[in-house]
Amino acid sequence: MPTRRTLLKAGGCALVAYAAAPRFLTRTARAAEARGKVLVAVFQRGAVDGLSMVMPHGDAGYAGARPSIALRSPRPGESDRAVDLDGFFAFHPSLAPLLPLWENHSLAVVHACGSPDTTRSHFDAQDYMESGTPGVKSTPDGWLARVARTLPAKSAPFRAVALGAVLPRTLQGDVGAISMQSIDRFDVRGGDASAGRGFESLYDQGVHDLLHGTGRETFEAVKMLRSANASRLAPANGADYPRGPFGDAMRQIAQLIKANVGLEVAFADMQGWDTHVGQGAERGQLAFRLRDFGQALAAFSRDLGDRMADVCVLTMSEFGRTVAENGNRGTDHGHGTAMLVLGGAVRGGRVYGRWPGLGRHQLFEGRDLAVTTDFRTLFTEVAARHLGAPTAALFPGFTSTQPSLGLFT
Amino acid sequence: MRWTASVLAAVFLVGCSAPASRVADRGNAPAPAPVPGAAAPTSASQATTARSELRAAGDREVLHALSRLTYGPRPGEVERVRALGLDVWLERQLHPEKIDDSATEAALAELATLRMTTTELLHAYPRPDPQLRAKLASGEMSRQEMQERYPMEKRPARITAELQAAKMVRAVTSERQLQEVMVDFWFNHFNVFANKGDVRWYVSAYEREAIRPYALGKFPELVRATAHHPAMLFYLDNWLSARPDFTIPAGPNRGRKAGLNENYARELMELHTLGVDGGYSQKDVTEVARAFTGWTIERPQAEGRFVFRASMHDTGEKTVLGRRIPAGGGREDGERVIEILTRHPSTARFIATKLVRRFVSDVPPPALVDRVAATYSRTGGDIPTMLRTIFESREFLGEDIYRAKIKKPFEFVASATRALGGRPDAQGGMALARASAEIGEPLYEAQPPTGYGDRAEVWVNSGALLARMNFALGLVSGRYQRVTVDLPALVAGADTSVPAVVLDRLLAAILANQASPETRSVLAKHLADPQITRQTADDRGPANTDVAKLAALVIGSPEFQRR
Repeated sequence: MPTRRTLLKAGGCALVAYAAAPRFLTRTARAAEARGKVLVAVFQRGAVDGLSMVMPHGDAGYAGARPSIALRSPRPGESDRAVDLDGFFAFHPSLAPLLPLWENHSLAVVHACGSPDTTRSHFDAQDYMESGTPGVKSTPDGWLARVARTLPAKSAPFRAVALGAVLPRTLQGDVGAISMQSIDRFDVRGGDASAGRGFESLYDQGVHDLLHGTGRETFEAVKMLRSANASRLAPANGADYPRGPFGDAMRQIAQLIKANVGLEVAFADMQGWDTHVGQGAERGQLAFRLRDFGQALAAFSRDLGDRMADVCVLTMSEFGRTVAENGNRGTDHGHGTAMLVLGGAVRGGRVYGRWPGLGRHQLFEGRDLAVTTDFRTLFTEVAARHLGAPTAALFPGFTSTQPSLGLFT
Repeated sequence: MRWTASVLAAVFLVGCSAPASRVADRGNAPAPAPVPGAAAPTSASQATTARSELRAAGDREVLHALSRLTYGPRPGEVERVRALGLDVWLERQLHPEKIDDSATEAALAELATLRMTTTELLHAYPRPDPQLRAKLASGEMSRQEMQERYPMEKRPARITAELQAAKMVRAVTSERQLQEVMVDFWFNHFNVFANKGDVRWYVSAYEREAIRPYALGKFPELVRATAHHPAMLFYLDNWLSARPDFTIPAGPNRGRKAGLNENYARELMELHTLGVDGGYSQKDVTEVARAFTGWTIERPQAEGRFVFRASMHDTGEKTVLGRRIPAGGGREDGERVIEILTRHPSTARFIATKLVRRFVSDVPPPALVDRVAATYSRTGGDIPTMLRTIFESREFLGEDIYRAKIKKPFEFVASATRALGGRPDAQGGMALARASAEIGEPLYEAQPPTGYGDRAEVWVNSGALLARMNFALGLVSGRYQRVTVDLPALVAGADTSVPAVVLDRLLAAILANQASPETRSVLAKHLADPQITRQTADDRGPANTDVAKLAALVIGSPEFQRR
């Protein structure tokens, strides 16, 4: 267990703010229905090393496989080490900002999670995780788009939004998902009103065509965003987002949620997890990425405050990394990894999923953390229990053979 | 219009001196091999036939070819190419070394880093002194002092900025358009990310020495050149990959153990040659990685050139795709792997698929892929011959192919600038590169080894569409001062007090008169908008049409997003 000192160091203010939770979850549960539930999917592109993100310090196989990049086991009072969660797992020290959320049971971990497909190609594995159909590349749409489609149609242009320059695979499909680099720039700028009107009418027809459909939805969204004035909503409760694309994305997703524009599913991604060389341990490359990652999630949760009862953040990555470090103090492409579930009615403060072990005979293909939870089991549970989405057609060809994780109350 | 396939096919074929009767033969069988390098028609009668058919070929056919093989037509170019003959034009484009491009070279003259060696760049643009950074962070030094001590134009970021500017300038102004298209295509195929570590200092030489010379050469040469290049060795970590138990003999990591790194080996097979379904296993990945051990970089931060270090090399026997590579091959192991991979039928198919996707359709017609793959196998991956197979095909001329490709952001920015007669200088090129980034394609900054996607879904989304419209507005309104678009030239001689005349001229100049009836009618309706016709206060009717705004609407129109 972390000491009081590590907690304070991790974010004293957060501790105070959340000391009363999870009572607010129940208190605001009724109001939540009127405002609608939101699912925020976060993709760690490049395959995060789940073993150092949520370190299995209770498994002797961890440290032995990584002579120069293993985290040191947690030790009470030493805040520069991994932070123990339950006597077996520990957070990377960079994830200390998430500790208050773990403590108040709004953050859960699902470990040894991943795809039944054995590919170690980033491209294929991301495709499979985003389409939700491992091994099948021809699936036309993404699973997050399918989730949005099953929700009661509200014809809100902002029901499905990705922050970023391109629309991710997971939101492609006929739900009219929007992508934007920034809320501020989401408008026709630099011309007078006649230019906007002109562009709008050019794209007014032929909604069945990709370009026209996108155009029409775009202008609906522009008008709505103008009236909602979302970009003026500053971070609340002293939330401090880290600088950089991921912090910006999470800050703006929070703005859209607070502006009540009808957001149901949102997507953000973060790059830079492909740590083949010089991964580092408590410090270094991975630590640096995890710090931004953890800070952004913590700031998001803090920014939304009580509203987090309606919002669930689900993190994912295409696969994990080799248990053993490679020849360059890094790790190569592996299999199972760890995913986080934050907010909503999640029963947090627990690590879910069966731990397969890191003994040589327990490893997948003799080198990687095995997958004991199919990512579709996790995603189904989040879609069904958090959003109330019908899940029959969510993952074509998939019938979970494992019992529900029991993530939600 | 009638999409006259036979006309254009004949036009292309004449240039290749293949008998016109072969057009009819082209079914499932591989296309006949045109003779590479043949430029002139073989007989007067053929030339006459070609000329007369060429006259019959409409602007739409020429526009189609220019849209796919270049960064879009400049004002008057459709007419010029039609007059010259598409066949003649294509042969010229396939031999860029014969095309004078001195105006473009002159525009690039001030971008000195383009011509510097990696070693020179490492010395001229050194890493920031960590002490300076610490002083800045602690407040001991102000930003201004920092800027004086270490001005922007001396920082390593300048190298990427110049490269981005050059790419834009070339796309907009170069006469060697097909070469520029292929340089972009192959760079993306063998992508490296300029912001990964030392790649920043290597990437100029990478494009100049490993991509550009072979863009219209033979595919295996590209694989060889990229495999040896420090940019690729660094980007995919092969420079660090060593035999098991190798101990680093010197430097800051002296005494440390190093070992195998699979990154390059995997991407070489998955992305550069065989394709992900090309039939290799995890075992093959490991074996290929072993073969490339020792392919590394000499003094990465001082010299930055390829070196084979035998001490890092795994000397044992390897088996790649069932082919044995005997022990003791040394540096030749890697060369042997490249040979095995580039001769593999999966590579022929994978490269054919990507080329057909680029030039024909997001959904590559299987029969055409078969024929291009056959061309690859027959010619040892000769790129011009593969391109001819594509351009002469029925599929290239299919009705459903016309304007079926969405321009990616870089293509859109370049084509819009070209359509308005723009000629950016180096500064202008940097501004256009920033525009490409805003629409979603920062140049040389695709982080994953897959590079940028080449399908509409990747590029069509609401935020990007708005960014395209905003770029169009900025371009016509002079926001890009150093790009010098020439709007008056587009409507020269027209009575600009009559909005309908202006619209006609713009649709002719920018869309070669190939606007859809819907777009034409929508724009015509907007001519009544007082903000477009600039109605005068005394209500005597429109005095002067807002040419710029109308031009922006045409550039932001659905047709102009396609090629």
